[in-house]
Amino acid sequence: MSSQDIPEENLPAERAADEHAHAHGDVSVAHEKDPFADPGLPPHEHRIQDIDERAAKRSERTVALLFTLSMLSTVGFIASFVTIPADRIVYIFPLGHISGLNFALGMTLGLALFCIGAGAVHWARTLMSDEEMTDERHAIAAEPEVKAKVLADFKQGAKESALGRRKLIRNTMFGALTLFPLSGIVLLRDLGPLPEDKLRHTLWSKGKLLVNMNTNEPLRPSDVAVGSLTFAKPEGLEEEDHEFQTEIAKAALMIVRLQPENIKDKRELEWSHEGIVAYSKICTHVGCPISLYEQQTHHVLCPCHQSTFDLADGARVIFGPAGHALPQLRIGVNDEGYLEAHGDFEEPVGPSFWERG
Amino acid sequence: MSTTTTPNPSGAGAPGRSREKAPAGEKIADWADGRLGIYSLAKANMRKIFPDHWSFMLGEICLYSFLIIILTGVYLTLFFHPSMNEIEYHGSYVPLQGQLMSEAFASTLDISFDVRGGLLIRQIHHWAALVFLAAMFVHMMRVFFTGAFRKPREVNWLFGFLLFVLGMFTGFTGYSLPDDLLSGTGVRFMEGAVLAVPVVGTYLSFFLFGGEFPGGDFVARFYSVHILLLPGIMLGLVVAHLILVFYHKHTQFAGPGKTNNNVVGMPLLPVYMAKAGGFFFLVFGFIAVLAAVASINPIWALGPYRPDQVSTGAQPDWYMGFSEGLIRVMPGWEINFWGHTLALGVFIPLMIFPLVLVAIAVYPFIEAWVTGDQREHHILDRPRNAPTRTGFGVAWITLYMVLLVGGGNDLWATHFHLSINTITWFVRVAFFVAPVLAFIVTKRICLGLQRRDKDKVLHGRESGIIKRLPHGEFVEVHEPLSQEAMHTLTAHEQYQPAEIGPTVDENGVERKVKGPQKLRAKLSTAYYGEDGQIPKPTAEEYKEITSGHGHH
Repeated sequence: MSSQDIPEENLPAERAADEHAHAHGDVSVAHEKDPFADPGLPPHEHRIQDIDERAAKRSERTVALLFTLSMLSTVGFIASFVTIPADRIVYIFPLGHISGLNFALGMTLGLALFCIGAGAVHWARTLMSDEEMTDERHAIAAEPEVKAKVLADFKQGAKESALGRRKLIRNTMFGALTLFPLSGIVLLRDLGPLPEDKLRHTLWSKGKLLVNMNTNEPLRPSDVAVGSLTFAKPEGLEEEDHEFQTEIAKAALMIVRLQPENIKDKRELEWSHEGIVAYSKICTHVGCPISLYEQQTHHVLCPCHQSTFDLADGARVIFGPAGHALPQLRIGVNDEGYLEAHGDFEEPVGPSFWERG
Repeated sequence: MSTTTTPNPSGAGAPGRSREKAPAGEKIADWADGRLGIYSLAKANMRKIFPDHWSFMLGEICLYSFLIIILTGVYLTLFFHPSMNEIEYHGSYVPLQGQLMSEAFASTLDISFDVRGGLLIRQIHHWAALVFLAAMFVHMMRVFFTGAFRKPREVNWLFGFLLFVLGMFTGFTGYSLPDDLLSGTGVRFMEGAVLAVPVVGTYLSFFLFGGEFPGGDFVARFYSVHILLLPGIMLGLVVAHLILVFYHKHTQFAGPGKTNNNVVGMPLLPVYMAKAGGFFFLVFGFIAVLAAVASINPIWALGPYRPDQVSTGAQPDWYMGFSEGLIRVMPGWEINFWGHTLALGVFIPLMIFPLVLVAIAVYPFIEAWVTGDQREHHILDRPRNAPTRTGFGVAWITLYMVLLVGGGNDLWATHFHLSINTITWFVRVAFFVAPVLAFIVTKRICLGLQRRDKDKVLHGRESGIIKRLPHGEFVEVHEPLSQEAMHTLTAHEQYQPAEIGPTVDENGVERKVKGPQKLRAKLSTAYYGEDGQIPKPTAEEYKEITSGHGHH
């Protein structure tokens, strides 16, 4: 490894001087002509192991020791596997409390493998011949005769196939070969249903109660304090439902209470109830759930890509990559005093798509 | 590298035994040769010479981590259930007991807590994937900066590039499989990006997810893509990549005895069998220890995916970070027209993402066009001797790193107490400015290093010895370089800028020069003109100086 590249700084000074004197002597012709000519491979320098059998023996013992360590480590691996319970937590400085089994298995396996590698590399570096050898390269491209032969063969083959002459065969064959992959594409059709207007509708509809996501109880206006952020789902949607994940991905709602006089957007105020406003929790950028709320500024921030929306101003985008405001859900209170939706969102929730309009 | 040769061809210990009966090893080899022709294969490859340089081992790290990923991945498939059926968890991880989660998540918990050694294999698998991508990135940079991509290796460069891109997507589909809160958020991001594709985006999304997001299909679909489709293609590409490495023979740096027509180094058997074979175990051992001490993707701490929940500081694996940066810093442009929406704020990053990658992939062909060089190149360039190329490479890396910063803008903000808005704006500006600056600075540094090399060749190296001359002047003694060193420092080729030639011939007839030709001449001048390289020292210069000086 070390003999390969010659960092110019490391060359011993005497040798440089030697070389210089030498150049002015025997091979002065070559040097005179071109001082930068390739002097050829430098002579092989022996390692201590090549000269001293004791050093070679030491190397042999080191390699054997490494291989032996590997064997012991494998025994340790099996022993750990059998003896350490899977739930044992151990304290290991500076890692802290970690799984004892994982630590023991990883360390023993790692050591077993590493020692095999270290042994093999040490063996190669100290005991195998390190004399540099030379292979000749040959041009990748074929000789002209070979090329001529191949081209002639190809022409002959093409001629015998009569592909160029019998156009009818050629054209119909191309037609058949182009058409048959269509079957494969058609088969992909049932990967999913057509979008239709599925992205335009959520579970929300007129009269649906706003149910607190955490307590699973319908919300009353008094449950929503100023400055708090509450997450809600439509009544009737339960976690056990088959379609829960897909429905909540559209219907997730966040509710905050603002001072009505702080609401700048006229429609927002109309769609709110006593300052309580309900917005889609799904970011209009690429669909992350928004969950960071700044009480003082009424801003919500999407933790994924930092789109920031002003909830006091129609949830318009004030920073970040989102393209449009969060959709608002029109809410009110029913006869029993619970918060209810006055309909579905009027625009699609979540990320933009081509048909959104 | 040892993996591509045929089964033990030589028969161990053939010499030294009695020659009356062929030893068993030789008999087996004969049997195989009669059917597979292994002797001819071994003749060409068994003692094949490979040159030695630390940077040549980067590709080996890629290969070995890929093998480790396959080995551990097969083990994981024995326990993983690629299903999104919701079940109640009753395994041994107490904090999540009784929770609803997909079978995919539950089986990943089982692998982590109930299968002994399962957590270790899972962590080795994930760590090896990160190492694999990082090694490919660095290996690709090594090939780029040394010009190893030049003829005849352009196709192998593309194979390598494809491996890098496919590796990214295999990684993405892989870390999405456990269906945890973090990866599910990443999948949601992908769905949002697909939706932004004009005209067909919505349909693509519905076909990909079997309906609306998240639906109940994507884990199973990602699973078959992750364990079968992509690794299958990658395995084929890896084999092709290695066959070409063998066929082309390895490149080498210039040095005494090394020419464009030879390769100097050690033979595959035994040196590289031992070194490269041993290195596999070193890499595997290193990753195993990493998996023992460093937790990765602790899905139990993240919890199962819910489309309405998220954690802060959400980050993809590092190799996806630059796409995350693109999506984060892009302004939220959106156009509505004729009842349609064009979400440019998402679609433009989605298009720049492949362009950033393609920019580096096509570079070899651009450089080949500029130089017009049709010859084979087996001697590597030192990066300084190709300042424009090196400048491009560093500019590309700078762009990549700027986007990585953008992808982690929230982490930068919290760790360094900076405003996230400022970071985002910084990245927006740096996206355009930083690569240009990096290009200029790198090129200047390269030219400076070329001047230094020239100086060293012509005047020798600074010995650090100060000599006082009889008349009182102090001079530093310069030692002349050895011929080996001088050869190494002057072995590189320097192109002359391509010229269009006179546009008017001797009869005064104007010749039409086509646009591409003009562009090529301009680029060529930028590459190899006065500002593009320092002319290397000539023998005449050297002789003039050494004969005149005689300072030693």
